[in-house]
Amino acid sequence: MSRFRADDRRVQPSDAWRLIREQIALHPGPFAISVFGAVLYAGATVVSAEVLGYVTDSVIYPSYVADGPTPDPVLWGAAAIVAVVALRSAGVVARRYFAGMTAERVQATFRRTLTDRYLRLPISWHQRMPTGQLLAHADNDTEKMAEVLHPLPFSLGTFFLAAFSAVSLLLVDVVLAAVAFSVFPALILLNRVYSSRVERPAAAAQEEVGRTSAIAHESFDGALIVKTLGRADAEVERFGVAAHRLREHRVEIGYIRALFEAVLDMLPNIGIVLVIVVGALRVDAGAVTRGDLVQVAALFTVLAFPMRVLGFFLETVPPSVVSRQRLNLVLDEQLPAPVPSSGVLPEGPLAVRASAVGYQYDDDVEVLTGIDFTIEPGEIVALVGSTGAGKSTLCSLVAGLMPPSVGSITLGGVELADLSDRERTDAVALVFQETFLFGASVTGNIDLDGAYTADEIREAAAVARAAGFIDRLPNGFDTVLGERGVTLSGGQRQRVALARALVRKPRLLILDDATSAVDPKIEQEILARLRSRLHTTTLVVAQRVATIGLADRVLFLADGRIAAAGTHDELMTNADYRALVMAYELAGT
Amino acid sequence: MTTAATPGQEKATGDLRTVQLIRRGLAASPELADGLRMTIAMGFAVAIGRLVIPVLIEQTIDNGIGVAAGGDANGAAAGTVVNTVDMGYVVRSAVLAAIIILVSAVISWRAQRRLVRQAELAITNLRIRTFDRIHRFSIADHNETRKGLLVSRVTSDAETLARFAQWGLYVWSIDPVMMLGVLLVLAYYSWQLALVVLVVHLPVLPLLRWMQLRQIAVYDAYRNRVSDMLAAFSEMITGTPVVRAYGAEERFRTELDTAIGRRYHTRMRANSYMASLFVVGDVFGALSMAAVLVVGLWQRQAWGLEAGELVAVLFLANLVREPIGSISEVLDQTQVAAASWNKILSVLDHPIDVVEPNEDEARDLPLGPLRIEADNVDFSYGDGERALTDVSVVIPAGLNVAIVGETGSGKTTFAKLLCRLADPTAGRILVDGIDLRVVSHRSRIHSVRMVPQDGFLFDGTIADNVMFGADHATQADIRSAFERLGLGWWIDKQGLDTRVGERGENLSVGERQLVALARAQLADPGLLILDEATSAVDPETDQALTQALRRLAEGRTMVSIAHRLSTAEVADLVLVFDRSRLVDIGSHRELVAKGSGVYHGLHKAWLGNTRSNGDKPAAPVSRSGR
Repeated sequence: MSRFRADDRRVQPSDAWRLIREQIALHPGPFAISVFGAVLYAGATVVSAEVLGYVTDSVIYPSYVADGPTPDPVLWGAAAIVAVVALRSAGVVARRYFAGMTAERVQATFRRTLTDRYLRLPISWHQRMPTGQLLAHADNDTEKMAEVLHPLPFSLGTFFLAAFSAVSLLLVDVVLAAVAFSVFPALILLNRVYSSRVERPAAAAQEEVGRTSAIAHESFDGALIVKTLGRADAEVERFGVAAHRLREHRVEIGYIRALFEAVLDMLPNIGIVLVIVVGALRVDAGAVTRGDLVQVAALFTVLAFPMRVLGFFLETVPPSVVSRQRLNLVLDEQLPAPVPSSGVLPEGPLAVRASAVGYQYDDDVEVLTGIDFTIEPGEIVALVGSTGAGKSTLCSLVAGLMPPSVGSITLGGVELADLSDRERTDAVALVFQETFLFGASVTGNIDLDGAYTADEIREAAAVARAAGFIDRLPNGFDTVLGERGVTLSGGQRQRVALARALVRKPRLLILDDATSAVDPKIEQEILARLRSRLHTTTLVVAQRVATIGLADRVLFLADGRIAAAGTHDELMTNADYRALVMAYELAGT
Repeated sequence: MTTAATPGQEKATGDLRTVQLIRRGLAASPELADGLRMTIAMGFAVAIGRLVIPVLIEQTIDNGIGVAAGGDANGAAAGTVVNTVDMGYVVRSAVLAAIIILVSAVISWRAQRRLVRQAELAITNLRIRTFDRIHRFSIADHNETRKGLLVSRVTSDAETLARFAQWGLYVWSIDPVMMLGVLLVLAYYSWQLALVVLVVHLPVLPLLRWMQLRQIAVYDAYRNRVSDMLAAFSEMITGTPVVRAYGAEERFRTELDTAIGRRYHTRMRANSYMASLFVVGDVFGALSMAAVLVVGLWQRQAWGLEAGELVAVLFLANLVREPIGSISEVLDQTQVAAASWNKILSVLDHPIDVVEPNEDEARDLPLGPLRIEADNVDFSYGDGERALTDVSVVIPAGLNVAIVGETGSGKTTFAKLLCRLADPTAGRILVDGIDLRVVSHRSRIHSVRMVPQDGFLFDGTIADNVMFGADHATQADIRSAFERLGLGWWIDKQGLDTRVGERGENLSVGERQLVALARAQLADPGLLILDEATSAVDPETDQALTQALRRLAEGRTMVSIAHRLSTAEVADLVLVFDRSRLVDIGSHRELVAKGSGVYHGLHKAWLGNTRSNGDKPAAPVSRSGR
């Protein structure tokens, strides 16, 4: 669920119009066609009423009166009816299809922009944002935001409809037009009132939907616990309370709706009754014909629904604005300025130097302070520390994933901040504690850019002691991994992730607890191969004594500081270090 | 239980055995019966309110406005039509019509209120009952994939029904009645013309059907593209660290671009059907009007059709198109709602395997350490997979027992049967000589506890979570539970009021286990079943856990599903499972001394020899906090 609630204040109309205009401006073509369809629909609708009037006066009645005027051919009348409706239908289809196209294209545009942002915004931002929320932005929020575009052309069309109707009515009879002009504004006003009354309970209902959903998720995730603790009844009650609250809001909406639907249905019909009475008077006065009466009544019947479309449109506006506000959480974020390549990184394994480095997470938790160390090119340095000491954070900083809050880190003598993304990712490879494998083939997982040959990939897999099991998979390196493919064991996943790092021939390799699930003996073999085959500096987080043994030097991290640095033997004089290492030994495998 | 694949990928069938569905649905939600009556009342009320108009027009034109040929009598030119109006008649008819309209409006208002109330009540009750039912399912139904489906039953599926109740239900209540009403009034004026209208509209049904089937297929494809797109986004977002660290942005940008594009294109295809469906009513309405005009005029004398009646018939033919349009709009939503309703009802129909004993037969377990017996126990999961075969064992009270075996050996299943998360398919389990099936729910919850592997905590404080062990505990009780386990130092550092976050995410996996153990200590069960956390625990918390477990085992029977050598070493008794059978029992030393057998193999693996997939023998991936 979102941790951020978009602004609760009433949506300002000016905001709404601006946002809508922005969306239309992205794809004006289809929108224009859609509006044209709406205008066509409006015109044809008004004309259809006129056709009915015409048919009544010129085709039907003359046929019944013996010595009256000659009736127009029936077939003209029939053809007119069909033709007008055909035009109107064409208008409707064009309006809907292109309104849909506009909305869909706008969504696609926003989704692509979101993709861009997600790919470029800093990791620190990503850490603040729950995955569910980012997904909601890409799916639900974009859809809701663009939803306003669906009824918009129709609504615009109703203005034309009103205009055409007004003209048509005035041409028939001013008095009858006056009756019409008194009824329709009432309809429109009622629609507005309806929309505003429904807004509050609708928003409340939305929130409750979210809440019941969250309860259900949590409850079923912990179903086993609920069972063993015998808490099923309590959970059902908890859920029941939320579900009933939701129901209450919905019923409130339903009651409002029932009232308005009844009135909005009734008004046009009462209007027609009025028209008929006034119309009969006018017929008596010789001012209108029967056909005119029929025409006005027909117009009323056709106008009632479109008048409500304005209401539908207005209903979609507040959620659309709210969704847009949520999207702005992403879109308004400052993008980091790209650093141009400087091309000054030296060849071969890189040295690492940290000076007075500190890091603070956004919630003011200071994780690292006063970090100073040097790693010589080609060295293997072990990073040792208890959980929460800051090892992963330090690894991320050294890899340049996030800038330190204070201090500086240099690679091969060059400030990390001065390196372009490309230069940095070419030189450094970080293997994370948590393995990320994608729903792609093994090759696709090892070679993310499609930049390496099959041989290079195989060699990297071999060093990571992964080539063996990969070959035994159903399709070897082409086997698809993930939900729809093969699931690997923990240790296998880690080795593939390692191969991913190795194939790039990095000059600084950082292993953050990257082999925890791999058998110790194999881990030793991997590290030994790394040492012999790769020309790289290695920083490895070590939780096994044997791993520490392979390193040239050790950095001991405690409470966010480097408590000690030196060889393993030197550090064994440090009591805390010794205790930690012994705990590792006891943990055994 | 739905056996189909994920909801998004279920093929929506065109024919949903609607009658059967409605019958089941009504049985499950009796509130709906009242709602149905309201539906019909509402439909009639609205239909009458609308049908008054063509009738009024007809009456006015035919009887209110007289027709006379032009002639000198009225001073009008010859050959014109002159009208005489009976205002009294017109006004009387109008007033009558207005009253009818008003009354029908009031009726439809009240009826809709009632309908809304009943529908929402029905849906909410259905939701809650489904939720309740799901919690009573046995563990066989609660594995990973099923869980996602189950959640949607009470969330998105119920929401679909609610949305339908707001819109589709309204349409179905009114429009069919409207169409019927139109035909009836039409028939009253001229049954022949009513027939004409019907005949012209005949192709509508098959046409709508055909379009709808095409639309369903395309919509299915669309939903799949939506899931694909979401999956692509999800992957990119969760993999952000890797994407960033490896500079792989372009690859993901391209992947996402493709997914977004695909979604757009399938949606536009679906749109073309949606756009066209609505005008079907319009087009056929116009055709029927034209037909009525031609045929009506042609046959007016033979059928005795008045002019006004013909006009009224035209109006009526016009009135039919809107209901057709609305219904075709709502067909799609109706399909989806029917599918959701079906899924929810299936959950309610799914049998509950673990039935609690009723009041008279239920027996309570005594306090203190409990003795366990398994008698020829068999167990198979729903899909036929055999998990346990002929398992028999006696575990004396107060012992610390370790269950070992490879993944899939049946050890986890056996432990779950011990706390009656499912019943054996054959044989029985006795606790202190009493068949577990007749132990009362309350007593069983109190005396038999399980600490599962993943340390699930509810969003609240540590104290809240520990109190699930015993509702009436005080802060002091909670604290002493921690101290008894040697964790006083830990809880002092953490604080009883620390919020653990959703699913306990603010604590590490190991720390969550510590809280779970304290909870178990507070509950003081006679039988404790522990599913050992795997190596996803850092070494210090690990030590704290080991000690806590040792203390926890005192004074009760403890059965641990062991993943580590150390656990088996210190146990009083080890049960060795292999491929659904209990193959060996004894202390660690006795079993090792045998020199061969399953335990021997496990033991060797634990001591660090390579397993075939190169994994560390204790299982997978570290997932500590940040």
